Amino acid sequence: MTNIARFEEPMLRKTFEHEIQQVKDDVLLLGSMVEQAILNSVDSLKKRDIKAAQKILDDDRLINMKRFEIENKLMVLIATQQPMAHDLRLLASCMEIISELERMGDYAKGIANINVRMGDAPLLKPLIDVPRMAQIGVDMLHQALTAFVNEDVETAKTIPVHDDEVDALYNQVYRELMTFVIQDPKTIERANWLLWVAHNLERVADRVTNICERTIFIATGEMAEIKSTDDEFWEKQKNNR
Amino acid sequence: MEIQNILRRPRGRRSEQQQELVTMAQPLANPQNAKHVLETKGLGIYYGDFQAVTNVNLTIRRHKITAIIGPSGCGKSTLLRAFNRMNELSPGTRIEGEVLFEGDNLYEPAVDPVEVRYRIGMVFQKPNPFPKSIYENIAWGARIHGFKGRMDELVESCLQQAALWDEVKDKLKQSGLALSGGQQQRLCIARALAVQPQVILMDEPASALDPIATLKIEELMQELKKNYTIVIVTHNMQQAARASDYTAMMMLTDRQTRSGTVIEYDDTKVIFTNPKDKRTEDYVTGRFG
Repeated sequence: MTNIARFEEPMLRKTFEHEIQQVKDDVLLLGSMVEQAILNSVDSLKKRDIKAAQKILDDDRLINMKRFEIENKLMVLIATQQPMAHDLRLLASCMEIISELERMGDYAKGIANINVRMGDAPLLKPLIDVPRMAQIGVDMLHQALTAFVNEDVETAKTIPVHDDEVDALYNQVYRELMTFVIQDPKTIERANWLLWVAHNLERVADRVTNICERTIFIATGEMAEIKSTDDEFWEKQKNNR
Repeated sequence: MEIQNILRRPRGRRSEQQQELVTMAQPLANPQNAKHVLETKGLGIYYGDFQAVTNVNLTIRRHKITAIIGPSGCGKSTLLRAFNRMNELSPGTRIEGEVLFEGDNLYEPAVDPVEVRYRIGMVFQKPNPFPKSIYENIAWGARIHGFKGRMDELVESCLQQAALWDEVKDKLKQSGLALSGGQQQRLCIARALAVQPQVILMDEPASALDPIATLKIEELMQELKKNYTIVIVTHNMQQAARASDYTAMMMLTDRQTRSGTVIEYDDTKVIFTNPKDKRTEDYVTGRFG
């Protein structure tokens, strides 16, 4: 009879379920910190607000600390709860996802660093496509984290398509900056700074794709790489030369 | 055919060729190279009118460790005991379907069940050494089984294979009961090895042991599988995950009949990382059991 009672009681691990939910919430919190950092870094660059850039550099420590805090929670859960199957895939993937998020935070930090290093030098050109890249990247990240929480495989598969838009914008920024450099080689340094900003934002979108891959893995157990459009991009660059 | 002959021979008599096989230091080579050592076909097991196990179709792979997991009362031990006809020791037990050992049905009338149990040895949950010396624990079964070779060598070889030799080599005349629980269990494994089995069945061999003794048994299993095929029943899912190559998940077919069957059988890695059956997923993640 005892077994039959258990048969009908699927919630045997309420504490563990609760802790898993907490980890998911923490991942979302880390994600929102990173989203904010990326948007702020580009906004402060656009406004040439060094003080705001400095704050982003300081706040990156909070992102790193949050990542270590979640990592620690994950380690404790793995050690104490011995997760299996779906639970194991989820916790192992969270470890990967927080690492991706922390690196995205580093990209925001990199953009803030460029802002600080530029000093009084004016922007080579008004920022139009770069904020677009940031917005698309952040939107992708937001959707990817929502898909992660809901384990929504279909959405996770479609998000990386937007990486093409980011790549196209990056391509455009690259060409524009090269035009400046060709016209006046003295602009090389300022062009290079903006190119790095665009590059960082392009990498954000790539890392979102990695998060989507993890979501698919959590839900299905299939570890598959979503085909990157970057390869095609670099192939095109090569052909254009 | 060799195995069939061995299984069917009257006890105590043995051809020269068979004697040679039995006195070899190592277990029998794969006599028929059958793909699977053990195989069940539509196996059902009854205790009187009660059907404890229903329609199990399972293949046990050679030189691999196969774990049988599942909630209490789902028929794991019953299934294990069907592999060497131990169930027959309970009155009113009968089976339907087939259990094939090296391709031959173990339940054919001409097969000698005692011989089956030599070929397919068993280690139980509670260590149960004979109340005899460590040496005799191993020598006794071999002697009864007609072993005519050098007994000292056999005892040493079995104790070494059971990773117990270094701990007991200076006290072989002491009682087996004087050993610790973990040592007693390894002595029981050594005893099972003495009659040169091909398969070792283990029914929760470490559930009465502390974590260190448990790990020793698990390490030992990894060594033993080079020469033997092991089937283990365990409640400890971490143990199944750590120690086995394949895992069979058993569950009650329905709540009324309370009969168990194998619901999923796969590579252990798959069972514990990405099981196909929702019930396996729920069991291994501790959502019910």
